[in-house]
This record gives sequence, structure tokens and C-alpha cells, in this order.
Amino acid sequence: MKNFEKDDQELQVENETFFSKSMQRRNFLQYAGASAAGIALVAAGCKKDDNFNRGIDLGTGDIGILNYAYALEQLEAAFYTQVALTPYASISSTESAYMTAIRDHEVAHREFFKAALGNSAIPGLEVDFSSINFASRDSVLASAKAFEDLGVTAYNGAGYLIKSADYLTLAGKIVSVEARHAALIRDLITPGTFVGPDVVDANAVNNSRTPIEVLTMAKKYIVTEINASNLPS
Amino acid sequence: MDFLKILKDIETIDPEITDRLNPRRAAIKNITSFGSKVALSALPFALGTLFNKAYGQTSNSVNDVLNFALTLEYLESEFYIKGNSSLAFTTGTAGNSAAAAALKQIQADESAHVTFLVNTIKANNGTPVTKPNFDFTANGTFNDVFENYATYLAVAQVFEDTGVRAYKGQAPNLLGNKVYLTAALGIHAVEARHASHIRQMRRAFAASGVTGVITPWISLGANGQANDSGVPAADDNFKGEDNVMQGGLDVTTLNGATTGTKTSKKIAVESFDEPLSKEAVSAIAGMFIKP
Repeated sequence: MKNFEKDDQELQVENETFFSKSMQRRNFLQYAGASAAGIALVAAGCKKDDNFNRGIDLGTGDIGILNYAYALEQLEAAFYTQVALTPYASISSTESAYMTAIRDHEVAHREFFKAALGNSAIPGLEVDFSSINFASRDSVLASAKAFEDLGVTAYNGAGYLIKSADYLTLAGKIVSVEARHAALIRDLITPGTFVGPDVVDANAVNNSRTPIEVLTMAKKYIVTEINASNLPS
Repeated sequence: MDFLKILKDIETIDPEITDRLNPRRAAIKNITSFGSKVALSALPFALGTLFNKAYGQTSNSVNDVLNFALTLEYLESEFYIKGNSSLAFTTGTAGNSAAAAALKQIQADESAHVTFLVNTIKANNGTPVTKPNFDFTANGTFNDVFENYATYLAVAQVFEDTGVRAYKGQAPNLLGNKVYLTAALGIHAVEARHASHIRQMRRAFAASGVTGVITPWISLGANGQANDSGVPAADDNFKGEDNVMQGGLDVTTLNGATTGTKTSKKIAVESFDEPLSKEAVSAIAGMFIKP
């Protein structure tokens, strides 16, 4: 099963549409009769909630989208907080200042959503960064790149689901800061890669992702189960 | 005015117009009965309301946004084409191969945006605006823009940061529109990536003439001013970027990253980019357009 998972993830990157097909296939396997039940159980053992239909409920409408953003900002803030606590080996003063500033931005985003959502806010999420080697510059920057590029596609993909012009503007205010982060992190890894074919299409338009696509990619870092089934679509 | 003829004409373009206006085709076809309930003088207004109901976001308003964006992309695209064709920027002491490659990449992106917007407007039954004639010195404000690498990077940064603000300001006009809003947000993010990189280039360029450190994000300027670019002529481009109120909340009252601290004004400013209205952007862009 591990191999299947890996294949799935690789294919996802190459072909966005494959993802939805494989999800459909999983759904089918999980609910299709006794012969498939055995396979479904193994699948369930490997991957927890594939469908994001149980666990902490993000909610409906704009509140749901804001909680979705809050979840992602929690993840980013937690990551950079750890980077600042345990900086990678021989971090330069410039990079240290960058990491601290980005941490502060992500914490500000997190605290903003928490305050703005008030009683509707989801609780704090439990994160799992065991796959990241915080002592390694390569590992930290690769993870940072993944988080930032993912964040940009998340906001871009959820934009049209927002009903309130004010909330849309707020999302816009945050996503461009995430894009600035993304460009910087990519340049720190390889100078001049602030933009590239892995993040934009042939029209030089940044990619976007649906909430389920984003949560699927983020879930290896999030222990808490998230229910996104009530989000608008 | 023959409303039946207008409806018939629209029907040739949009066969479903009567269904959009009213599921009961017969009811709308019977314009006499419709007219009998509405004063004749109010008919144009009533018809307008019907169309708005039928199409919601009219393709006109979408094309207005796209044409506004196209004008800005023309500005950026031509700026980089002209600047990059001057070898002084890309060779020798002023620049280096990495800088040249980055500027060419940005030029390619802006040109791709122009082509994309032109095609999108046409596909949406609109007419793309023609490319204006530009004056990149802004009537003498940036006289050495294509001779002085520092000026070139400064103007580039102002264009990119303003582009981010312009797209952000237009987002509400595309509210709920999966195709056009998603595309606009996608360009918005690319402009932000450009802005981040140009800002890094200015930071790395020792002779940029900027006092203090340029960050990849818009920060507080010297003495707490909204303009952090070190380009006094660009004050209007950064007006309002020092805002700390978001969604009715003062971000400086929120908890900071370190226990027991609050978010500083600098961090509050850096964490949120601000939109700019079409009017404000047009006034700024107008300085670079020959009458």
C-alpha cells in the first residue's frame, strides 16, 4: 500500500485530474461489496480520512472558507515557529531574519483569523512535522516552499467560493504576502526560481487548487482530522 | 425602440435569452402584456433590470476589469521589453547574468499576461483596448529609467507592487466568478512573486541608492511612512499600505509570535497587502501614458 500511495502522490503532481479519479475509485472500493471490503480496510489503515468528511467541522459558507484558511495559517505558523526555535545548521543572519519575519507574518494571519472567527473558529490543530529535518537547511526550505506554494494555490482556488466582497479582499490581502514568501523561499533554494512552470500555467497564471486537493497534500502534516464536507463548492 | 426586435437580436447571439429572462417563454415573448403592466417610459429601465437579473455579472463589467488589467500589463510588458533591450542593465558592472535572466523571465510573464487577457476579452465577446503610448520617464520624473540600473529597478518595483494592489482592488468586481476571478487571482499572485524578486534584486544591488533594507514584502517605510520603496515620487503608489485595521480588527492588538507580546505595527503592515481602487491606479498609470 505504501507504494500505491507514493504513486498516487506523484501522479497527482503530474496530473491533477488523476486525483479526482483515484478518489472516486477509493470511494467505490470503500462502499462496493464484500470482495472489495478487505482492500478498503487496508486502504483505510494506510490513509486516514481520505474524504475529509469527519473530524473537526470547518463549517459552511464564508465561515467554512475562513476556517479553512485558518487551518492552513495554523500549519504555516507552527512550522515557522519551530524553524525559529531550532534554526537549521549555520543559518545566516539574513536568512534568520527572513525566517523570523515570515513566522511573525504567519502568526499574525493565524491570530487574525482566530479573532475574526470568534466563536466560529475551529480549535487549534495538532501538527506532525516528523517528516521534516529542522537541522537541515534543505529540508526546512523544501518544506517552506511546499507550504507557501500550497498556500497560494489554496487561496486562489477558494477565492470564487467566497460570498462576501470584504472577505474576498481580506483573502487577497493575505495571498499576495504568501506569494511574496513563496518567491523568496524559492529564490533561497535556487536563485531566480521565484516563478516557474511548476507553479504557473502557460499563460503565466498561478495555479489554484480545490480545498480537498489542498487538504490532501497538507494532511501528512496535520494530525487532527478535518471535516471539509460542508464547505461550499 | 423596438424591444421585440432587440430581444430577437439577442436571441441570435444567446438563444436562451428568453429562458434566462423568464422560464416561461410565452410570457416574455408577449411584450404587450409585459408593457401593459409597466409604464412605457419605465421600459428601458425595466428591461435593463431584467438583463441584470438574467446575466448577474454582465460580461461588460467583466471585460471592463479585464481591459483595465490589460492596460497595466501593456505598461509592464513594454517597460521590460524596452529596459531589457538595453545591454547596460544586463552586462558589465551594473547587472549580472542572474539579474538579466530574472528580468527576462518577468518580461516573458508580462507578455504572456497581455496575450492571455487579449484572448480572454475576445472570447468573452469584448474588444481589447489598444496599447497606449508610454512615457516611462513619467514626464521627466524618472529621466534615466533606461540608462540607470538603480532607477530601472526602482520603477520596476513600483510597477509590480502597484500591479498587485490593482488586481486586489478589482477582485470584488469578479466576486463568485470561478473563471475570471480565479484567473485574476492567479495573475495577482504572479505579480506578487515578481515584486518579491525585484525587491530582493534591489536589496542585493549595492548602488540601489536606497537607505535601509528593502524586504521582499511591503514594510513600513522610513519614519513610519506607508511608502517603503525609497522612491518619494511613488508615495501615491503605496498610500494606505501602513494600514493595520483588518476586517474591523486592529492587528496590533493581536498576540505576537513571542509569548506575552503583541503584533508590532511593522509586522501588521507586512502581513497584509492593501488594495488600490481603479481610480487611484489609473491616476498613477496615467503619469506613464502619453496623452
